[in-house]
Amino acid sequence: MKKFQGADFCGFDTLLSEEEVMVRDSIREWVDAEVIPVVDKHFQEDTFHMPWKDQLAEIGVLGAGLTGHGGGGMSSVCTGLIYQELERGDSGIRSFASVINGLVIYPINEYGSEEQKEKWLPRLVNGEAIGCYGLTEPDFGSNPGGMLTRAEKTADGWVLNGTKRWITNGSISDIAVVFAKTKEGIRAFLVETDREGFTAPLIKEKWSLRASVTSEIIMEDCVVPEGSLMPGSDLGLKTALSCLNQARYGIAWGAIGSMMACYDEGLNYVMARTQFKGKPLAGHQLVQKKLSNILTEITKAQFMTLQVGRLKDQGLANYAHISMIKRNNCYWALRIARMVRDMLGASGITHEYQAGRHMLNFESVKTYEGAHDIHHLILGDYITGIPAYE
Amino acid sequence: MNILVLLKRVPDTAAKIKVAADGMAIDPAGVEFVINPYDEIAIEQAIQLKEAGGGKITVLCLGPKAATKDIRTALAMGADEGILLVDDTAGRDAVATADALAAAAGDVEFDLVLAGWKSVDTDDGSVTHFLAAKLGIPCVTLITKLELGDGQVAAHREVEGVTEVVEVKLPAMLTVQKGLVEPRYTSLKGIMMAKRKKIDERAAEAGEPKIRIRTMTPPPPRPEGRIVGEGADAVPALMQALSDEQKLL
Ligand SMILES: Cc1cc2nc3c(=O)[nH]c(=O)nc-3n(C[C@H](O)[C@H](O)[C@H](O)COP(=O)(O)OP(=O)(O)OC[C@H]3O[C@@H](n4cnc5c(N)ncnc54)[C@H](O)[C@@H]3O)c2cc1C
Repeated sequence: MKKFQGADFCGFDTLLSEEEVMVRDSIREWVDAEVIPVVDKHFQEDTFHMPWKDQLAEIGVLGAGLTGHGGGGMSSVCTGLIYQELERGDSGIRSFASVINGLVIYPINEYGSEEQKEKWLPRLVNGEAIGCYGLTEPDFGSNPGGMLTRAEKTADGWVLNGTKRWITNGSISDIAVVFAKTKEGIRAFLVETDREGFTAPLIKEKWSLRASVTSEIIMEDCVVPEGSLMPGSDLGLKTALSCLNQARYGIAWGAIGSMMACYDEGLNYVMARTQFKGKPLAGHQLVQKKLSNILTEITKAQFMTLQVGRLKDQGLANYAHISMIKRNNCYWALRIARMVRDMLGASGITHEYQAGRHMLNFESVKTYEGAHDIHHLILGDYITGIPAYE
Repeated sequence: MNILVLLKRVPDTAAKIKVAADGMAIDPAGVEFVINPYDEIAIEQAIQLKEAGGGKITVLCLGPKAATKDIRTALAMGADEGILLVDDTAGRDAVATADALAAAAGDVEFDLVLAGWKSVDTDDGSVTHFLAAKLGIPCVTLITKLELGDGQVAAHREVEGVTEVVEVKLPAMLTVQKGLVEPRYTSLKGIMMAKRKKIDERAAEAGEPKIRIRTMTPPPPRPEGRIVGEGADAVPALMQALSDEQKLL
């Protein structure tokens, strides 16, 4: 197979530093060698490839953006480029890394106690421990504020009761950041998954994000010590949303990786395959329209996302900026995967090509971390000042 | 132990090579450049020796300014310092290259020089020999294993049918073959650390060329394939084509 080449239509790379290019290229090379050859097997078998955990730790992806505690201290643009390359391989491995970095390491570092930081950050960074993030519940997805999970204060700790659903990494985690309602409002708890009363059954038979573990979390009179409460989480739901901002930002970059994977595959295919008098498919007008639309959308997404990354590195990116790139890029990643699937004809329905896998994955990616339409509401609220959620 | 590693920037082996309009060099447009894969093995070996016994690794490269990226990659893998002898002449010949490298090596303290046994672009494989001669040190080529001793090194070479073990006193030049060690992925931490490492850039003092490239032409296009038939019935025709036409059997 021809080596993957990203798309750079109008000098995107000239806006990157030498270091940023090296980061991207090193992850690209790793994905070529360690993800592409095995990912389809795991997608077919509905399993996560466990060796990735230690490898991601080894190359420094886990904790890449964390300063201190063994983290890489990398910029938002660098971490974005890492997610772009991971998702060029598959949304499953990007999700694994996004959850650990954005939804576990980030809240522990921002809202955890010193003890929680000392105990868990180094282990999450070096791959000794896996973490997950439990916000969504069976009956509360887009509206997590309505959650039913409760935490009751006891003399020397808390008792947790409730069910979380659609939790990435749930069944393979050592530690879970779980949100629950207390008398004082929503709070985050850092719960070891081997506690009595805590179970995390696997959700099987998905047709999307199959190379990633998705689970339920069931807490039945799960007793945790006082130290499990994350002391900085007294902003309630805002705490949860600040984590989502981290993960959404990474997803926006990841979506560009998926777009480029599909574009690369589609372009190679239509250049090589001939129909009607030996002319390559690429020589037909309707195919060219698709290619030109795809390259245009990739280019737009790249510049918008890089700019938000630069703002984020200056502390100037807000939730609405991130919401815009998350929604836009996921929307186009899904559309592009479908267009390329179409360009591949019958071949496109087989596992020999990746577009079908990316297409199925993006049904999840456009849904989680704020569904597509919810992001319209977030931006709509930002523009008008009139919330339209309810 | 201090190690000097030679690094060359070469077109990616997967790149489609086109000859430039002047017919004297390759056209670099659209070609991705990488560290010569054999040099990458040498860098890895140097890092492993340093990890085991300490010391300093200096990477020495003669090439265009763009090669800083490749030196930076070597620093990200674990080398300590880089020297770039800036030279924009495409196809600088081996003797002139060795002159420039020898002049720069004079400023570096080293016990061992490691390099790929050839660079995959020109396939010449003689720079290391000239350089060792200019530095007045022994040179062992195509090594697949090395054992460090006190002031000496034993190097294994796979030669026709046997493994030869050669002993040389340090300092020495060893050129490495595939199979010696497996180059590591550059880690993100390594990339962050490489930012702070020094790359010394200076003009190359290359000597007079001893060789001049007269022309460069692409190989003739491969003839199109031919289907001689289908299924078992086609075997006799295939055998005949392979033995009589292609003289392969
Ligand atoms: C593979 C996968 C992994 C996940 N991982 C995690 C995880 O690790 N942790 C976690 O906490 N959650 C996770 N989720 C859950 C995810 O965040 C939710 O699925 C998402 O928030 C949507 O919630 P829901 O599925 O309940 O859909 P609903 O909220 O029921 O929404 C269904 C549809 O209705 C639309 N809708 C909802 N409200 C409105 C409205 N007011 N106006 C207009 N349209 C509306 C939505 O846009 C959507 O199209 C994951 C989900 C998936 C699929």
